[in-house]
Parts: sequence; structure tokens; C-alpha cells
Amino acid sequence: MSVPLDGNAMAGALGELFAVDVSVAVIECAGCGHSGVVAAAVVYADAPGMVARCPECSDVLLRLVRSDRRAWLDLSGVVSLRLDI
Amino acid sequence: MARTAVLGRLTWRVGTLVSFRDETAAARTLVFEIPDWPGHLAGQHVDVRLTAPDGYSTQRSYSIASAAEGELIELTIERLPDGEVSPYLSEVLSIGDQIELRGPIGGWFVWDAEAGTPTLLVGGGSGVVPLMAMVRTRHRIGSTAPFRLLYSVRDPESVLYGNELEMLRSADPLLEVHYAYTRATPPGFARPPGRIDAAFLAEFGFSAALAPAVFVCGPTGFVEAIADHLVAAGHDPQRVKNERFGPSGGSTVERSP
Repeated sequence: MSVPLDGNAMAGALGELFAVDVSVAVIECAGCGHSGVVAAAVVYADAPGMVARCPECSDVLLRLVRSDRRAWLDLSGVVSLRLDI
Repeated sequence: MARTAVLGRLTWRVGTLVSFRDETAAARTLVFEIPDWPGHLAGQHVDVRLTAPDGYSTQRSYSIASAAEGELIELTIERLPDGEVSPYLSEVLSIGDQIELRGPIGGWFVWDAEAGTPTLLVGGGSGVVPLMAMVRTRHRIGSTAPFRLLYSVRDPESVLYGNELEMLRSADPLLEVHYAYTRATPPGFARPPGRIDAAFLAEFGFSAALAPAVFVCGPTGFVEAIADHLVAAGHDPQRVKNERFGPSGGSTVERSP
């Protein structure tokens, strides 16, 4: 498997979808309950999309696939997302 | 840490190359002018998008090396031998050429200029780039936050910003710069070639008792090793901020820092 990056690498792609910086959001993993910032997630950026995994249990948190005209964001591995606004 | 700002969705802008300078045999700093650039915080990055005449398009992320300065940003691009984008940016792109950029991106790996806390910066190779933005910003605003930069680099010829760091350091007792040469040292250098390990961090870093802000940037293996050493030495994992880049994924694919 390729060498992973981290959630900082997803900030631009998420910034295309959201009006706030989601990379600083605290997300809770649906697999193990670990809470941490998106920036600290383990990110595989060279799949057909970007896949963010939990740094604790390595379950998939987010998947983001972007084509020319569509973005597909799977958040099924996340229980909640908390942002200071 | 800066609060989450509502910025509006990120969109592509056009940047024009206005100057460049070679930092080493393999790295070049490019200065882009971007109309209406909103400014950036030290540690943030941009995504760069290149599109070929046939429509093929590819994206990379690069850390911003400069302190905020109007509509100008500087990126230091290290040429990757098999890179698709870095050789183009660092060898072919000419003054007046335009590329698409979007940013500033990322609110996590960002130095809080107002806190004044001791700050430990640990960079591996071109991972020093966003850390340099922090050093430059600190100098620019006249901050007296104690800074220590621990810079792991292959050999003296590969050091980025060496002269500038020496100039800043010699004029500022609150800024320390310590090098770990991994393959070859300058003549007469006290320490044999080697990586930054726990002993190096203990000798030159800040003690965990000072609760320093910590920023670690480099290749994934480097960042993980350093972060493990720091946490083992008692640093609060919440205060150790990491940014990894990879040969072909960088803080978004082929990330030079």
C-alpha cells in the first residue's frame, strides 16, 4: 500500500465543497469513537479519490471522489463533526 | 489556534510568475502574483493545477514559503526525479507564465502569531518550507516567541534558505537553528551524519514542561518517527501538529512540503 499523507492534504478538496475549513473540524470515528481533527487523519490520496482513515483504528472516515462535474463525499465512517464558528 | 473562518468556497485563481531564484541544484523558489490574494497564515499551502492543451489536468499541493506580503506568494519547488509536475514548475515555467492556484488552504498546521509561546519546528528535507514561512512571519511581525528549528537534511548542498536562516539566527538570540545532516556534514561539523532522534530532540528541542507549540513537517516516515519521540518525551499529542508529504501524494499528491 502506498505511503499515506494526512488530512491537511484533503483541505483543498474539502474547501471546494464547504464554506468553512473542514480540516480543523473534530470528527468522531464511527468505528472506535476516537475524536480528532480531520487534519490528523491518515489520508491515501492516490486512490481514485481521497480516503481518510482513523489514526487509531484505521477504519475509513471519509471518502471524497471528484470528477469534472461532480463531487461525491462519503461520510459514513463519521459519527459527528464539530466546528468552532 | 485561529477560529474557523467562513471564507466561502475555495475557487481557482490565476497566478503569474513574477520572479524566481534557485535555492539548491534541485530546488527553485517561484514568486507568483495573484490578483485579490486574501493573504495567508504561516504554514498554509496552495493547490496548483496544470492543464495541458489536450485537456489533461493534474493537481499538486505546495506549502507557501513566504510571510504574507500583499498579492505575492513564494513556493519552493523541489524537483522530484520522476515527478510529473515538479520538473515543469522548477525548470520550464518562465517569468510571465500563468498557472492556476487555489488557497490559502489549511487552518491546522498554522502558527499562532499572537500566542508568543515557545515553538519547536522540526523539518525533514523540503518539509522545512512551511516552517520557513513561520520563521519569516515571526521575524516580519517582530514576535519574540522563542523559536527552535531542527532541520534534517541530506547534506550541506541540499540546505534550503541556509544563508537567510544564518542571518536571522545571528541577529536573534531567541531563534535557534540546529542541523542534522543525514548523509554528509560540512567540514568540521561536530556531529557525525545521522537522523534526528530522541537524544537530538532532548538536546536541542524544548522540554515538554514548557508546553511548546510543535510543528513537524516532512516525509511520512520522518513525521511519524519524530512525533513518536516527542510524545514519548511527554509532549501533549494535541500540541504536536504534523504535516506529511509524499513522493506522489503530497499534502495532496507530489507534495514538495
